[in-house]
Amino acid sequence: MTELRYLAPNSLDEAIKAFVAAGSAGRILAGGTDLLVQMRAGVVKPGLIVDIKKISEMTTIEETADGGFRVGAAVSGMALHDHPRFGKVWPGVLEAVNLIGSKQVQGRASAGGNLCNGSPAGDSVPAMVAAGAIVTIQGPDGRRELPVEQVPAGPGRTNLKPGEIVVSFALPPRPKGSSDAYLRMIPRTEMDIAVVGLGVSLTLKDGVCTAARVGLGAVAPTVLLVESAARALIGSKLDDAALNAAAAACSAACRPIDDKRGTIAYRTKVAGVLLKRTTAIAAKRAEGN
Amino acid sequence: MAKVHVTTTINGEPSEFLCEPNDTMLDALRGPLGLTGSKEGCASGDCGACSITVDDNLVCSCLMLAVESEGHQLRTIEGMAQGDKLHPLQQKFLEMAALQCGICTSGMLVASDALLKRNPKPSEEEVRFWLAGNLCRCTGYDKIVRAVMDTAAEMRAQ
Repeated sequence: MTELRYLAPNSLDEAIKAFVAAGSAGRILAGGTDLLVQMRAGVVKPGLIVDIKKISEMTTIEETADGGFRVGAAVSGMALHDHPRFGKVWPGVLEAVNLIGSKQVQGRASAGGNLCNGSPAGDSVPAMVAAGAIVTIQGPDGRRELPVEQVPAGPGRTNLKPGEIVVSFALPPRPKGSSDAYLRMIPRTEMDIAVVGLGVSLTLKDGVCTAARVGLGAVAPTVLLVESAARALIGSKLDDAALNAAAAACSAACRPIDDKRGTIAYRTKVAGVLLKRTTAIAAKRAEGN
Repeated sequence: MAKVHVTTTINGEPSEFLCEPNDTMLDALRGPLGLTGSKEGCASGDCGACSITVDDNLVCSCLMLAVESEGHQLRTIEGMAQGDKLHPLQQKFLEMAALQCGICTSGMLVASDALLKRNPKPSEEEVRFWLAGNLCRCTGYDKIVRAVMDTAAEMRAQ
């Protein structure tokens, strides 16, 4: 049995150096709500755990001068909830992050971990996709940026290269008349894995939708950016014809599995229903902005 | 495995212990630290019986490595009563029989206390959502929710 070592470096450079040196035996620890369960179950047996919570860039929420936000990848859901401004500007992203697990889990779990865990049903991911979040990644070859929808590669897999760490999410400034929303379908009211999850971010001007993005989760091997649904909304007054077209686009984008939580037919139908409901919430919020 | 030396603060008292790098905080509490009030129900973050606070943040101690507690302020169920004087939540849980077997109780109390510190006047819905990560297989939750609501009302009146 390999010996487990624990490191909690203060700098990203130090973290990456250790992470690279450990190779496939290295694991990044943010909130640990996935990692510790996997270790306990014997699914992963890391030789090195790199705790990134002492790196300030990864645990801070910054409102940038242009009105955007930079959220450290290891910021917990509870810290995001407690930020005085974030939930006012990005209520959909916040409600998605705050659907991850219990209050205890939210005290530790992060959007960065949710993304890197690679689950197609991760709640924060469709909302981040809808928000147009850009992920900053740092590795042995320096920094790069990726749209959040390009990070997942399949269930439990990401497009991160060896030694790379997700550092932060950058959310763009919001034009007037913008808001977002996230809904997930589960068979109970709390603490379950999404059967379908859907995020919508949009901008309204004089009642006309001028910009929209739709993120769709739990219906394909990765969370999807559904551009065809957004195109159906943009230019419309979010009338029935536009909503029906966008809902149909979401259903058409589905490539789900059958499992105990939902059948293929059910997930495909619910994706369209959620598009309509989520858009209505986002539009109502946008009217007030 | 080489043991790691950890220095932390538990219930206001400076504390140090030795642990393996892969020990959970719950392992350390119940083992070397002898604080067995936090219970292991599921060991996977589902049941909340091991709830503690870290820097006033409610967490499952089974989902935290013991080594992560270095330099932080932890509070466990053992820090809830002041000597022989029970915390109002503990007193109310007894009066209203909000427990049966008791395995979930310390986690319920720690989580409820964390709620009332953030929100002294929670609605019933807020209590139920807040405690969704604390499973009880005996009471059916109703007595627990009522005890938390009653305690909140009494604490506000004081």
